[in-house]
Amino acid sequence: MDVLLQILIFLVLLTLGYLMGSYFEKRHYKSIRQREQQTRHIPLVTFGAKQHLPETDDAQLFVGSVVISIDYFKRISAALRNLVGGRITVYESLLDRGRREAMLRMKEQGIAWGATQILNVRLETATIGGRSGNNNGLGSIEVIAYGTGVRS
Amino acid sequence: MILTTLEGVPSKTIVEHYGLVQGSTIRAKHIGKDIMAGFKNIVGGELKGYTELLHESRQEAVDRMVQQATDLEANAVVNIRFATSSVAQGAAELFAYGTAVKVE
Repeated sequence: MDVLLQILIFLVLLTLGYLMGSYFEKRHYKSIRQREQQTRHIPLVTFGAKQHLPETDDAQLFVGSVVISIDYFKRISAALRNLVGGRITVYESLLDRGRREAMLRMKEQGIAWGATQILNVRLETATIGGRSGNNNGLGSIEVIAYGTGVRS
Repeated sequence: MILTTLEGVPSKTIVEHYGLVQGSTIRAKHIGKDIMAGFKNIVGGELKGYTELLHESRQEAVDRMVQQATDLEANAVVNIRFATSSVAQGAAELFAYGTAVKVE
């Protein structure tokens, strides 16, 4: 009976993770695409440190960050993938979402300030271990994007 | 205080270098936020509590770096970089460093 209950809980979590997870992911991607369209006019560049400094009046540091977590279904599917090796596609979308969201947040702050360009953008990823006690692989990640906004 | 990730400040020249300045902070997570995050771990998505927590902590690291620079009488910090590392279960170190300079 106990085993049955455990299997039931597992299946419920799996279904919940799959349904809610893919719903949230779709919604998030939709919002990312929309906001990327809206902020396209401001270029983000990863160079700028070794170049001649641009002739602008003002420069300021902008940081965008996000902590994002993977759903239960994907965690299980990645654990299965770990047995046979190969590409873990379920994690790719997690990291992709995180990076794009962080860059968008940085950009939106820059736009609010009046930036015409964001120079020398750097991205940093850190894993924030799993939940307290059970660190089962990649739990959630933090992505930060930072750069210098300039305006004239 | 001007903060940039560039090697200088646009339209200004560096007149003096004061060397490396840094600021760091270690934060443990909040139990209430952790419970919420536990739920979020099932459905996936952004953990807003943690985003805020880390944002505040990073701000504090930057503030400490700026404080060091102010003590050196610098008026800008250039070439800033950030780093994060998890030092213990449930705690993260946030670190910011850069070069303090005087610009005109």
